[in-house]
Amino acid sequence: MIVAEGLGKTYSSGGRPLPVLRDVDLRIPAEAFVAILGPSGSGKTTLLGLLAGLDEPTTGRVRLDGVDHTALTEDERAEFRAQNVGFVFQTFHLLPTLTALENVLVPLELLGDRPPRELRERAAGLLDRVGLAGRLDHYPSQLSGGEQQRVALARAFANRPRILFADEPTGNLDQETGARVIELMEDLNREARTTLVLVTHDLALASRAHRIVTLADGRVVADDDVAGAGAPQVGARRVDHGSAVVPSREAG
Amino acid sequence: MSRFALTLARRELRASARQIGVYMTSIALGVAGLVAIRGFTGDVSRSVQDEAEVLLGANARLASSRPFPEPIVALVDSLEGAGHRSARLTSVVSMVLAPRTNVSRLLQVRGVDPGYPFYGRVRTVPAGAWPPRAGEVLVDPAVLSMLDARPGDELMVGEVTVRIAGTVEDLLGDFALQTAVGPRVWIAHASLDAAGLLAFGSLARYEHYVVIPSRGERVDVEEGYRATFDEAQVRWTTAESQARRLTNSVEYLGRYLGLVGLAALLLGGVGVGSAVHVFVRERRTTVAVLRCLGAHQRSVFIAYLLQAAVLGLAGAAAGAVLGVAAQGLLPVALAEVLPVQVTTRFSLAPVAAGLAMGVWVALLFAWLPLLAVRDVPPLRALREDTGPNRRRWDPARALAWTAIGASIVGLSVLQAPEQDEGVGFAIGIGLGVSIAVLWGTGWMLVRLTRRFVPRGAPYPVRQGVANLFRPQNQTVAITLVLGFGVFAVATVLQVESALIAGLGLEEQSGRPNLVLFDVQPDQEGRVLQALPPEARADVVTAPLVPARIAAINGLGPAELAELPRPRRPERWAIRREYRNTWRDTLTAAETLVAGRWWEGEERALPPEGVTALARVSLEAELADDLEVGLGDRITWDFGGRAVESVVTSLRTVDWARFEPNFFVVFEPGTIEEAPHTSVMIARVDDPMERGRIRTNMVRAYPNVSSLDLTRVQDAIERVLARVNTALHFLGLFTAVTGLIVLAGALSASRFQRMRESALLRTLGARRGQVRVVLLTEYLVLGTLASLTGIMLAVAAAWALARGVFEVAYLPSAASLLVLWLLVTALTVTVGLGGSAGLLARPPLPVLRRAAE
Repeated sequence: MIVAEGLGKTYSSGGRPLPVLRDVDLRIPAEAFVAILGPSGSGKTTLLGLLAGLDEPTTGRVRLDGVDHTALTEDERAEFRAQNVGFVFQTFHLLPTLTALENVLVPLELLGDRPPRELRERAAGLLDRVGLAGRLDHYPSQLSGGEQQRVALARAFANRPRILFADEPTGNLDQETGARVIELMEDLNREARTTLVLVTHDLALASRAHRIVTLADGRVVADDDVAGAGAPQVGARRVDHGSAVVPSREAG
Repeated sequence: MSRFALTLARRELRASARQIGVYMTSIALGVAGLVAIRGFTGDVSRSVQDEAEVLLGANARLASSRPFPEPIVALVDSLEGAGHRSARLTSVVSMVLAPRTNVSRLLQVRGVDPGYPFYGRVRTVPAGAWPPRAGEVLVDPAVLSMLDARPGDELMVGEVTVRIAGTVEDLLGDFALQTAVGPRVWIAHASLDAAGLLAFGSLARYEHYVVIPSRGERVDVEEGYRATFDEAQVRWTTAESQARRLTNSVEYLGRYLGLVGLAALLLGGVGVGSAVHVFVRERRTTVAVLRCLGAHQRSVFIAYLLQAAVLGLAGAAAGAVLGVAAQGLLPVALAEVLPVQVTTRFSLAPVAAGLAMGVWVALLFAWLPLLAVRDVPPLRALREDTGPNRRRWDPARALAWTAIGASIVGLSVLQAPEQDEGVGFAIGIGLGVSIAVLWGTGWMLVRLTRRFVPRGAPYPVRQGVANLFRPQNQTVAITLVLGFGVFAVATVLQVESALIAGLGLEEQSGRPNLVLFDVQPDQEGRVLQALPPEARADVVTAPLVPARIAAINGLGPAELAELPRPRRPERWAIRREYRNTWRDTLTAAETLVAGRWWEGEERALPPEGVTALARVSLEAELADDLEVGLGDRITWDFGGRAVESVVTSLRTVDWARFEPNFFVVFEPGTIEEAPHTSVMIARVDDPMERGRIRTNMVRAYPNVSSLDLTRVQDAIERVLARVNTALHFLGLFTAVTGLIVLAGALSASRFQRMRESALLRTLGARRGQVRVVLLTEYLVLGTLASLTGIMLAVAAAWALARGVFEVAYLPSAASLLVLWLLVTALTVTVGLGGSAGLLARPPLPVLRRAAE
């Protein structure tokens, strides 16, 4: 369960306050699949950062599974993330100096509570699950974009997180690869019964979620339940997303 | 320490080794220097101790600058009576003439009794010629070439003529450098006595070597006769004390040389710091991702610090291997200046110390830039433009700076001679300040270059200069480290040329260049007549009256030595033999600083029945050391005759001038009756004429020695050159470290530069133009480094010349220009060498890879 109350973030730009997120209230129940949708500059990445405890809000607070994140120190939040949170990034963010297997091992080693052999078996199993059994010892630079994102998925699920945050996970992939990655993510999510928070400006991708929270200019402008995951319901019960909603990028 | 930090460090090491491994080799050179020097001094000390008896030639030695007085002669007799063998060795500096070639030289003449040395062997050519027999002389090989003589020739030594029986190739603790400074001839002691060289006033050293195998007996002699030795001013040296003294001086020298290694190590550390700074900037995203995944700030920091430690250890280990290899080579390279045959033995202590210092310096300099790792916010994984979390007051950063400062000083104190921590402290601070000032100067020059590069300059030149400011450049660090090398070399060169110019014998006409000493009073007129008529008018004659201090204000030497500290005179000043003079005028080299000079005054004679009080003028620093001032009374012992004097003036003396300078000058009419010799100083322009005068002088007056000052100047230059080799070595060492840092920076930025050149070529630049861009970059870099070093070297040389050596200083442009050209050429060579292949690749693949 994720609870945000009166969440706001203001940056300072050229000496003047620049509010990027204002007064956001949000409750995301366990095992939900929520998409945060909005054009660039709408504050969705800021919201994700605050929900995940990567940054401190200017106003309001965030509770993850009952723990008030705003009251924790930086290292306590890191520890919470290590135990409960997984991430998938737009640019994959695999550690370029580690092999695929080592990348997946990182969250497990951060917990450090199991013998190394067991950890390796779990990491290898996850890579097998995302279809990369033959690529354990490859470095990120030796993998394609889709393969890198699949390694990132394996890494995200490695510590059996209760919450998974995904920031434009298909933003750097072509349509077909992106679709496969999303399907895989949904499958893993179902199997692990994880709460999934997905940030995107891609309406098609967002509409695979159970619920779409739409941001514009730092505010929640719509919060819609979507009946049936995976069924695109674009426009059916939509509040105006505005022309700023960019269609999925056709990367070549 | 978390297991995660260890695991991450281990995994990341592959990549970081590639990126900063090259830099870590920059500390290897410093470690190599430290290990080699420490190991080597250990080897020398051990070898010296093993060969203590052979070094001295006996178990004990008595030495004095005067013939041994009765109690000492009695001691030697009683030792001989007890069955201990002994031998005399007496050395005197005298002119030696080879009649066949008609060449004469000032040499050390040594008379030896058979038996000496009692330990060790003397190697002669032909073999078995030692000891010199009556009528024969053995010579250092250098003497043959100096006199243009060959074995079998006759030599005139004082009043005897002896035949060269062979050369002495190797004699106990001798080393080649000694023979270069004062070449020797060896004759039987009886011949030396017959030569009449041990006359009054001659510079002689008397030694007696004794075999006393029992240590207990040696200690008994030393303790039983301590007061006698002191009274007679005789030095008692045992084989162990001599070995200890040698060992101490070798270790002392080793520690100073070790500072060279330390300086190189610290500069390597600066290179490491600069590299780690760049490394951390490139790893910011990785760090942010790790933080997102739940890694603690501290774990990430430790993981990177561990990598720095491991790479530092690798660099230090490479250095240690290099150092051990050098340790084995040093005895071969330095055989000429070593008193004993040095055997190399591997010992762990210097290697461990070198490794520890290397790792510590690598860690220390990596620590500061690595602290930035803690400030990388996890949010950066989502937004690349997220800036670091700034801290107002960061105790860790303050601690790191403090540790760097304390370590520089601490390591210097460790490395500098133990006996004097203050010196190490000063050196440490000096080193730290030099590095800081060089850094500041380099930084300022780099800024100025950027600002003042002409806008109208051709594009490749502007681009080349701009390249020095590409993101994550290391221009200032390279300027600093290369600049330090230039600074060291240039300072030495500048001070050297200032010193030699200060001596300036040849250039300054009118200065004397011929010195005749040991002239007896009755010979003065005839010696003057032997000089060419035009030279006679300017001859300066100064009487030399040997004397010792018998008392100061009524207290004898023994009582003076017992005085409490501030009033106690320095030991050397009460004990030494003075060579005083009398004169009514001040010379050009003297300045009166206190009291009145007696020139033009009548000598005030005391009333009947009161002892005459002679007025004396003391050199100001001597007066300090004697703890005397105006009005104090000094009693002098002129060969058994006491003369009471009162200090009426103090002078400063410019000792650097080749003139007869004296510590103590008496007023005329006071000591003329004391036995004395004279020194005569003349200027004879024609070198052939000088040579002829010297040769004639030996024939006519064997007791008179002569010196050609132009030859002395050559000798001084040779000695300076040898001393400076060590300092040049420092410069070279650090400059090479600078080039390694440069090579490291080039390899780290290789891809960036490749992309730049591909882009330029895509935009239509020809290869030649790109080459000009690169050439400009390295030319400017080399010039900046040279300029940084040279500017500070000129300042340091000025301060040293004026403050320490008290000579005038004018920058010698030629050597600075050569240095600039050399360093710039090296920078360009390494730079273009490191850029090789940059232009060979077609632009498209490079740009495509850059776009990925």
